[in-house]
Amino acid sequence: MATRLKHMAGAAAVAPLALLARVLDPPLRALQRVAGQGGMITFFLVPNMAIFGIFVLLPLCINFVYSMTAGPELFLAQRDWVGGAQYAKLLDCEDYTRPATCDEDLFWTAVWNTARFVVVQVTLLVVCATVTALILNRELRARGFWRAVFFFPVLLSPVVVGLIWRWILQRDGILNAAMLDLGLDPVNWLIERGWAFAATVGVTIWAHLGFYALILLAGLQAIPRDLYEAAEMDGTRPARMFWRITLPLLMPNLLVVIVLALIRAVQVFDEAYVLTGGGPGTATLYMTQYIYEVGFASLLKNPGLAAAASILMGGVLVVLTLVQLGLGRRGESKGKAR
Amino acid sequence: MSRVTAFLTRRRGGDRWHWTDVVTVLWLGAGVILMFGPAVWLVLSSLKTPAGLAEFPPTLLPYAAETVVVEGYDKPLPLFTVTREDGTEAVLAEARRVGTVAQMIDPANPDDKLRVNIAEREPVRAVGFAWENYTQPLVERNFFLYAQNSVFVTVVATIITLVTNSMAAFALSKYQFRGRSAVLILIVATLMIPLSVILVPLFSIISATGLFNTLWGVILPTVATPTGVFLLRQYMLTIPDEIIEAARMDHASEWQIYWRIVLPLTAPALAVLAIFSVVWRWNDFLWPLVVLSRQDVYTLQVGLNAYAGELNVQWHFILAMTVVTMIPVVLVFVFLQRFITAGIAGTGVK
Amino acid sequence: MRKMKTSLAALAVGLMAQGALAGDVRVMWYSDGVEGAVIKDLLDRFMAENPGINVILDEVPYSVVQEQLQVQLEAGQGPDIARVTNIKALADHWLDLTPHVADPDYWRENFGAQADWMRPDGSDAITGFMTQITLVGGFANKTLFEQAGVEMPGKGATWDDWVEASARVMESQGTVAAFAIDRSGHRISGPNISYGGVYIGEDGMPAPVNDGTKDFVGKLVDWTEQGLHLKDVWVSASGSTYRAAADDFINAQLPFYYSGSWQIANLSTKIGDLFDWVATGSPCGSAGCSGLQGGAALVAIKYTQNAEEVGKVMDYLAQEDVVREFSERTLFLPGHKGVNTKGGLNWDTQDPNVGAALDTFVAAAADVLPEAQRLPAWKWGSAYYGALVTRISQVMAGELALDEAWARIDSDIAEQVEAAQ
Repeated sequence: MATRLKHMAGAAAVAPLALLARVLDPPLRALQRVAGQGGMITFFLVPNMAIFGIFVLLPLCINFVYSMTAGPELFLAQRDWVGGAQYAKLLDCEDYTRPATCDEDLFWTAVWNTARFVVVQVTLLVVCATVTALILNRELRARGFWRAVFFFPVLLSPVVVGLIWRWILQRDGILNAAMLDLGLDPVNWLIERGWAFAATVGVTIWAHLGFYALILLAGLQAIPRDLYEAAEMDGTRPARMFWRITLPLLMPNLLVVIVLALIRAVQVFDEAYVLTGGGPGTATLYMTQYIYEVGFASLLKNPGLAAAASILMGGVLVVLTLVQLGLGRRGESKGKAR
Repeated sequence: MSRVTAFLTRRRGGDRWHWTDVVTVLWLGAGVILMFGPAVWLVLSSLKTPAGLAEFPPTLLPYAAETVVVEGYDKPLPLFTVTREDGTEAVLAEARRVGTVAQMIDPANPDDKLRVNIAEREPVRAVGFAWENYTQPLVERNFFLYAQNSVFVTVVATIITLVTNSMAAFALSKYQFRGRSAVLILIVATLMIPLSVILVPLFSIISATGLFNTLWGVILPTVATPTGVFLLRQYMLTIPDEIIEAARMDHASEWQIYWRIVLPLTAPALAVLAIFSVVWRWNDFLWPLVVLSRQDVYTLQVGLNAYAGELNVQWHFILAMTVVTMIPVVLVFVFLQRFITAGIAGTGVK
Repeated sequence: MRKMKTSLAALAVGLMAQGALAGDVRVMWYSDGVEGAVIKDLLDRFMAENPGINVILDEVPYSVVQEQLQVQLEAGQGPDIARVTNIKALADHWLDLTPHVADPDYWRENFGAQADWMRPDGSDAITGFMTQITLVGGFANKTLFEQAGVEMPGKGATWDDWVEASARVMESQGTVAAFAIDRSGHRISGPNISYGGVYIGEDGMPAPVNDGTKDFVGKLVDWTEQGLHLKDVWVSASGSTYRAAADDFINAQLPFYYSGSWQIANLSTKIGDLFDWVATGSPCGSAGCSGLQGGAALVAIKYTQNAEEVGKVMDYLAQEDVVREFSERTLFLPGHKGVNTKGGLNWDTQDPNVGAALDTFVAAAADVLPEAQRLPAWKWGSAYYGALVTRISQVMAGELALDEAWARIDSDIAEQVEAAQ
């Protein structure tokens, strides 16, 4: 595999790197003598962590400070310190389940829309990905082709995905034209609340399905055949085999899929933004769009409020992270057990 | 093959169709239409004229009105199928139109004039591709330069990503040290911060470091991707420590262990990261749009969006250039499909 | 309140000064249509005449001008010249060209009418000129009206007249709606003012939504519920995102379309010979028949290091014959007094609908009410427009009652004002 990869990447790309690595060896050996193994750990970590620190961590910290300030200025030094006022504003609400009673009603609309989206989208996505993986795991002719079919949209940019589907779903799009031809009444897919929500769910599933299906397919292929053989000899029914053998052994992969899908669903933005723009009304206004518009895209920017919203959203995501780590650990121990 | 995974792997009961077979056929059939259909539609749309794009109901193929040159008229005249009063159909050219009444002439006999209500005629059209959607932007704007910039960003970002991420992943998977879990948690936690929420702070850093309007300003914030570190680390965990211990016995340096032993064994995961990095960086839109506002550093995605104005969007150009930018991605896909699928199989799992 | 100090700002300023080559002038430009190609032509000609000055034209997506340019300006960066629409709110960043242009009086004379649109309140600076004046107004599909046998309302017709006539055309011809207005707070503000709407309070700050505005918006919401006003355009996004209804008009799916003069070139290209269309000016309300002006300006930016060269470029582009040529080729209404008084522009088009439409818009400019005339130079215009669109579209989508919407609009605007001070 490794050698073939080298050929694919082209000797031109790898050869200088290989040479560089060899040239680097003597000085690094010297470094190792001086700094010891601990020093080498630092050496391996530094390049990544430096870039990570400057371009990921530092902005996050600045963002945190931002959330404590107010004003239209974009540079920290000129902003007014207001402490927790932005958070207070976001959380000022009589009844959190009814955004209309909140001071920042759009924030809470976005929160509940996102929650609804996450539940529906992740459930459907996992089910579809599982079915796809099960089908791709069958004895098919031209398996590579079929895998390709489902994986293809993963490689498109989210903006393009949103754009294509908008052209298809809008009132004067191809889908309605086709329905007219079939004698059906056209549906205003992006203008009716339920359909517009369904469209954001469907299109994001369309775009990501292939990725998750492949992870699950890998899990299916790793299930030892002899388990099925033994079950078959015992006369176990296929449906029972699925629940008793396939599903439990697929669990580690399924958990990875669920957690990754959850995180991406909370962040939903590009595809939905291009597709519905958050409409109709605010029916598909999701968190990231709210933050993006308040903090950056509107004429009168309010980066402080946007930062506070993003910190709150970050809090939710950290909870999801902890869940992921917990599940991941369980998945790891299961993986070892098998 | 034995009957082992029968219920999942082939038609049940020989000649008779089991319901799972039906589901399979339906699912795969729907898959082809749903997954490829939209992309085909995009390509066809990109070949339509602006008027054709706005048309409803939309036509599947791009059409252009047929015209004919008639003696005595400077410009070619559009052709229409007209139903005469006696019920016969004729193909006539429109000389002029005033309100709802058009004056039609027979191209073969220009003096034979006929007044026709515009509701009683159909334009004659033939499939015609608006290649100017492609040629005009490529001539007018410096898309070749944009492509160079895109390639530079993609290649450099991918190389840096692979090198720095694999080094960090190596340290985080093969050494025990204090603070390891802290670093790990930090990385995983930032996995979930979408770029669009830290645009403003990130911009102030880019501008403070003088990277504004440079390609490095596009590259650097993306290369320390937590996803990459996470993915590689998970894969490296599966490499047995015994191999590394054995190498140490043979006096291999830590660098050699990383370079000669761990990296080659991580090749499938590296391939996946490389492919995804290429696709991501090639498709990146929001961030380059924030950093780049000079033509000489435009990437393709920014360049093609210069056709999005305040009050009008020149969709015909945007669609065409979108198709152009998709070509490399499709090529990557066609040639490296095996690596992607095999690689994901090995990585996302553990 | 205490201003925070961080070393970041110092760093920012110190490292920022990227060496601009002497004689280089960067122009940031966005395009709705062919104007990018036209300005490129003009600048090439300028460079041929002024060998020492190298003008670089950066054609950008509009979102860069709208979203990113402000961030650049805050950092003391940016191009030397930019084509901008948000000209009042960012006015502090524009360069006073008075010492850098050859004849300031020529500028005051010809561009004085819009000078306030692009400079801070109370200033007498010359910061740039309008590349295009736009006026909000209507378009009617003449052919559809004729086919339906409905007479088009004439001069002085009210909004009710137009909607009623269009509704009859809609019934007869089976169009999707009787009329549509672009999704934009700017677009509905002319009609609002025609019904007695007042945005600017006595202290110059935003006034609460008044009865005039409520009057027209209430009608618009009713028309939307009755299916006369095309709902799609307004509910197809949240927030203040702009959406145009031009495509439906182009497809002969709307008898009447309320947009503005900038659509003329677009309509001409895409409609071609499909049907006849006319510009109608703005229908009337109880207080008048007002549209609203706007447009894009070319402004010089304060942080330039080549102010002399910038002055030369601006002088060249502001010349009467250059403005005239630019307008003729782009089908834009010019913002140059000399050009406008002399008139007789030779529009670069074969389409007979275009000239008539442009003339109608020029004539309709006389109907713009005083309140509407003040808006383009009013700092809080975009706050007001944004709140209107956001909330009215929620009402149309059935998420909000009108009464709640008024309260939200007022509080949204108050918040914006507070956040910006």
